[in-house]
Amino acid sequence: MKNLIKSTLTVLGVLVAFTSCNNSGNSGKKSGALASNVAEKVYVAPGEYDSHYAFLSGGYSGNVTVYGLPSGRMFKEIPVFSQFPTSGYGYSEETKPMLNTSHGFIPWGDAHHPDISQSKGELDGRWLFINENNTPRIARLSLTTFETEEIIEVPNSAGNHSSSFVTENTEYVVAGTRFSVPIPQRDMPIKDYKGNFKGALSFISVDPEEGHMDIKFQILMPGFNYDLSHPGRGKSHGWFFFTTYNTEEASTLLEVNASQNDKDFIAAINWKKIEEYVNNGGGTMMPANYAHNVYDEETHTATSTMKKEVRVVNPAEVPGAVYFIPTPKSPHGCDVDPSGEYIVGNGKLSANLTVHSFTKMLDAIENEKFAGEAYGIPILNFEDVLAGVVEQPGLGPLHTEFDGKGNAYTTFFISSEVVKWKLGTWEVVDRKPTYYSVGHLTIPGGNSGKPQGKYMFAMNKITKDRYLPTGPEMEHSAQLYDISGDKMELLLDFPTHGEPHYAAAMEAGIIKAQSQKIYKLADNKHPYAAKSDDDTKVVREGKEVHIYMTTIRSHFSPDNIEGVKVGDKVYFHVTNLEQDFDVPHGFAVIGQNNSELLVMPGQTKTSVWEPKQVGVWPFYCTDFCSALHQEMQGYIRVSAADSDTPIKWSLGEDIE
Amino acid sequence: MIIGALLLLGLFKFPLWNIMLGAPQYPDPLGMNIYIDGIQGVSEFDLQNIDGLNHYIGMKTIPKAHEMWEFSMFPKVIFGMAMLGVIIGLLGYFGKISYKYFLGWFLFMSVLGILGMYDFNNWLVDYGGNLDPHAIIKVTKPDGTPMSYKPPLIGFKKLLNFDVTSLPHAGGYLMFIGMSLTLVAFWLGRKTSLKKTT
Repeated sequence: MKNLIKSTLTVLGVLVAFTSCNNSGNSGKKSGALASNVAEKVYVAPGEYDSHYAFLSGGYSGNVTVYGLPSGRMFKEIPVFSQFPTSGYGYSEETKPMLNTSHGFIPWGDAHHPDISQSKGELDGRWLFINENNTPRIARLSLTTFETEEIIEVPNSAGNHSSSFVTENTEYVVAGTRFSVPIPQRDMPIKDYKGNFKGALSFISVDPEEGHMDIKFQILMPGFNYDLSHPGRGKSHGWFFFTTYNTEEASTLLEVNASQNDKDFIAAINWKKIEEYVNNGGGTMMPANYAHNVYDEETHTATSTMKKEVRVVNPAEVPGAVYFIPTPKSPHGCDVDPSGEYIVGNGKLSANLTVHSFTKMLDAIENEKFAGEAYGIPILNFEDVLAGVVEQPGLGPLHTEFDGKGNAYTTFFISSEVVKWKLGTWEVVDRKPTYYSVGHLTIPGGNSGKPQGKYMFAMNKITKDRYLPTGPEMEHSAQLYDISGDKMELLLDFPTHGEPHYAAAMEAGIIKAQSQKIYKLADNKHPYAAKSDDDTKVVREGKEVHIYMTTIRSHFSPDNIEGVKVGDKVYFHVTNLEQDFDVPHGFAVIGQNNSELLVMPGQTKTSVWEPKQVGVWPFYCTDFCSALHQEMQGYIRVSAADSDTPIKWSLGEDIE
Repeated sequence: MIIGALLLLGLFKFPLWNIMLGAPQYPDPLGMNIYIDGIQGVSEFDLQNIDGLNHYIGMKTIPKAHEMWEFSMFPKVIFGMAMLGVIIGLLGYFGKISYKYFLGWFLFMSVLGILGMYDFNNWLVDYGGNLDPHAIIKVTKPDGTPMSYKPPLIGFKKLLNFDVTSLPHAGGYLMFIGMSLTLVAFWLGRKTSLKKTT
């Protein structure tokens, strides 16, 4: 029976695929390769699981979305840098500190490049890191709770774009500056940019047990734009590579003025050398002001601490630590192959793709074959370091990923395609169109020593006619390709949320097994938790009223509350007593100038309500929790500011 | 005989009985393991979740060990029977008593077992049928009498949205094997004694 259903649905799937192919006109015909078994390759039968998790950046949504591959189904949106009224993230008292910065509370962020933690060069599925570009921050998400656990602000930085990539044992998560700025910030003419602005490259250490982040040091580099980066791995472990553009150091009309130099640089950083320098007291502590926000899973509460200094390093003072590798035409992506030997500079205005050799680089450094220097940093000769050139592969190369079988896959924004080429021979072996104007691409395990082959997906900037139109604003589109054969095969189109600049993906096994089902009530150390109905109470402290409230199918306790007055600040501390998987309760009260709360089993969340009108106001559960969800409600009586109604509460009986 | 009697001690480590409750919303079924000294959830929060669901239909909460005299009595009876079996076995082995005591032990144990099952069933009847008159959901059978939520003593039963399966567990099986071994011991003893007499 199951097989019958499966085959029927498969046939339907294929029919749909062909129908949509015909309807989508030219673009569909170009994709051409829709073989009859394609639908089967992406079909995940009801109740069955995808083989891979994909974590897509939500771009200007500020969040991360979780997808399954190969189905392209979205499972969850995880709030990171933006307020999220669905769960109360950034609205509840517990999570507001997560969005604190040196500029105060910021409700929004621009998320870019997620990266999964690694051990010994392989993805270990413990944490996901992601950068915020606008107000520079790095976040760490737990891949057991799928929640944001920590956000650290990056001082001396602007346009936090060449981030957040981890080294092969997650020693560091690295954040670079796209917009150089005066360091320290000061009032000065913009035209004096050249020679005065600097770009900070921040190495943020990651505690191997808890994952806590701490800025170990910042390298204050010349005022170029540090666009993207990747760690060395294997033989090049200990190095980090950053692409630069605007080595012209222009501060206006960059589209012209930053495109003049024939070659910009890839900055090669020997971070182990700088780490040693710093461990021996090198660098200087500089006054700074940046937020470090940590969410505690036991108190279910975040705290924000302002840090007041940061260690900075002048690269000219650490000989042998930093070199510039000339790379043609404003390189964008900076990608290192799984062996650590090849460093690909995706020169976005170049007709060719440049690949540098790590071995040749070391050789050139050893023989001191320098072409010159910039701000005291040696510049290597382009030819000395060059491993090879992929000739005329396409227009506008942006990013490259690897399959671990000797092949590289590069996206071309302008010619809107993915090109597969061979490492070592530099020959192009396949190309497939994308729809349209692809930015990043992701192969599961792509940024690691051990890519997990099989699938590749391209994340496109332009959608146009790929889906039913939804007015001027469309979600972006992604395409999933099967890369297990000699030729890439287009399998699926799926819409993505926000702008998924980049994504990190891995086989589902590790994460699926560790995904948490509930929070244990016994471990709840929230100071306002009520762990049973006996703990519920209402306490007045001056103008503040604290309601210790519980939820369990299908009632609030207490559900009748009196004695609150206009002008009070009412804290609803809601603890969900459930210890059953996927039984959250919601909380909302009429006229609340705030979001709802969605409280997971064993969790406590707090919503503030400032009643402005006398009356008896209902609150209710917003999540259809049970057969008697509609009965899950209560009333709170609000008296005049000068009344003397006493504080009282009850459940199941009238307030006496 | 001795091994058979000692297998009873498995009941101190393994559950005697197991009841599993599956439903559309519970793809991972909830379950309770019944030990001779109390009831435990198969997963950490199963009992709490079963109680949580049962409150809708007005069932009492699952009894804690100290709330039922059985859970303090059963371990003593089982331990006593195991020791008695060992003594009978030893005496039988050294020829001090007749093999017929083996059968006696088996019959005595069977009577106790049946009494235990009877008691267990009585509890199930009370647990499933003695409902809070203010229960949120009251279901009546076609004849107008209130529905009983008594789980089956053994086997499968559908109770509203739940599929309930009740079967012996490892401790129970060990007990049955142990009891069977005492029958074997009786049969062997009989064979030997018959040979002697011929």
